[in-house]
Amino acid sequence: MRNYSVSAIDLNMTFGRRLIFNGINFSFDEKGIYGISGPNGSGKSTLVKIMAGLLTPSKGKIIHKSSDKEIIPEKLHNYIGFVSPYLVLYEEFSAWENLIYYEKIRGILLDRDLVKELLKRFLLYNRRDDLIKTYSSGMKQRMKFVFALIHKPQLLILDEPTSNLDEEGKASAYDLIKAKAEKSIVVIASNEQTDLDLCSETLDLKNYKAVN
Amino acid sequence: MFSKAFAVFQKDFHSEIRTRYAINSLAMFIIVAISVILFAVGQEKISEALTGGLFWVVIFFTAMSGLARAFVSEEERGTSLTLQLTASPSIVFSGKLIFNVILVFCMNTVIALLYAALFESFIIQNFLLFFLSFVFGNIGLAISSTIIAAIIAKAGAKGTLYPVLSFPILLPLILSSVQLTLFALDGTTIEQAKFELAIVVSYDVVMLTVSYLLFDFIWKD
Repeated sequence: MRNYSVSAIDLNMTFGRRLIFNGINFSFDEKGIYGISGPNGSGKSTLVKIMAGLLTPSKGKIIHKSSDKEIIPEKLHNYIGFVSPYLVLYEEFSAWENLIYYEKIRGILLDRDLVKELLKRFLLYNRRDDLIKTYSSGMKQRMKFVFALIHKPQLLILDEPTSNLDEEGKASAYDLIKAKAEKSIVVIASNEQTDLDLCSETLDLKNYKAVN
Repeated sequence: MFSKAFAVFQKDFHSEIRTRYAINSLAMFIIVAISVILFAVGQEKISEALTGGLFWVVIFFTAMSGLARAFVSEEERGTSLTLQLTASPSIVFSGKLIFNVILVFCMNTVIALLYAALFESFIIQNFLLFFLSFVFGNIGLAISSTIIAAIIAKAGAKGTLYPVLSFPILLPLILSSVQLTLFALDGTTIEQAKFELAIVVSYDVVMLTVSYLLFDFIWKD
């Protein structure tokens, strides 16, 4: 696995006149689990969206590097796995069809053994041909983990990763996060203490509200 | 890049086959619009000029009723985030454009066939000119509709905004295409119609270039 790093330089985000956060600087360049915490509305989801290249910050920038080479925004999706409550899979397709379309659209050849292993780990293998709209909210959440991991991302971003998961689902998710963190960078944005306990470093967003 | 864009098209086509949202609304609109014109005209014999104009009126409003789905459905279902995490903006736009080009061609072929069958004055004298105006007009319509759909997908009042925003952008294309259709109906040669043809081709090239340049900004935020 190539060396990957993600760093923020003086990030600032405002929606209209409302300041979400200001002056965020960090550098995640070692493999491991990093946390982002903060009360509701503190900008955790906004920050992870900026990290994933889905939003542009009002000021500052995020730099992703793989093997010391900066990744251009158009290619960023190839390096990132993302789990979020805002992420929605195509409900009119089955889990398997969703994964096949992602394979084709990404232009990659999926490791079928890895896909099967992930589906089995999240107890979805026997339901892989059922339409996503027939899944419970917990099953949809587990499916998002499969979606985020099938292309072997070097940066895994998890926004509220254990929402809607039962105890068994949480255990599977935690095992997977720990295993993934041995090979790459995992970022968790959450309010759950059990999620944040996995993290070696935590960025608390309530400290980034002041205007310089 | 083409294989990835084609995969986006395949996904949309498969989704459309399952949900039939755009196909049903387009089919219903074509039937209703042509029926209303037929009832309004009654036994009157309408001129070629009026038939050519009404032909593009039906095409314009039919496009307004279905082509926005390309991006609006992704936004309404919340799947645009998933697509952003899977492909680069140019691939997404190309895939959506392929889908809309095919949809526009199918839709307008049905409209042309119905016109030929139901309106006595819709007799094409210069078929090659009609074919060229049909092809370039449809491509321009698909490109403009796709980029406008991407712009309005994130807005609140999508239904109202789409035709309002489309009208000024599509006006040069519609005016030139109406003129070319009239030329095809009265047997004007391609040589005599080359100015209007050049406008339509230029419109397509400009819209395609502008769309690819703009789409990155529209799609991300």
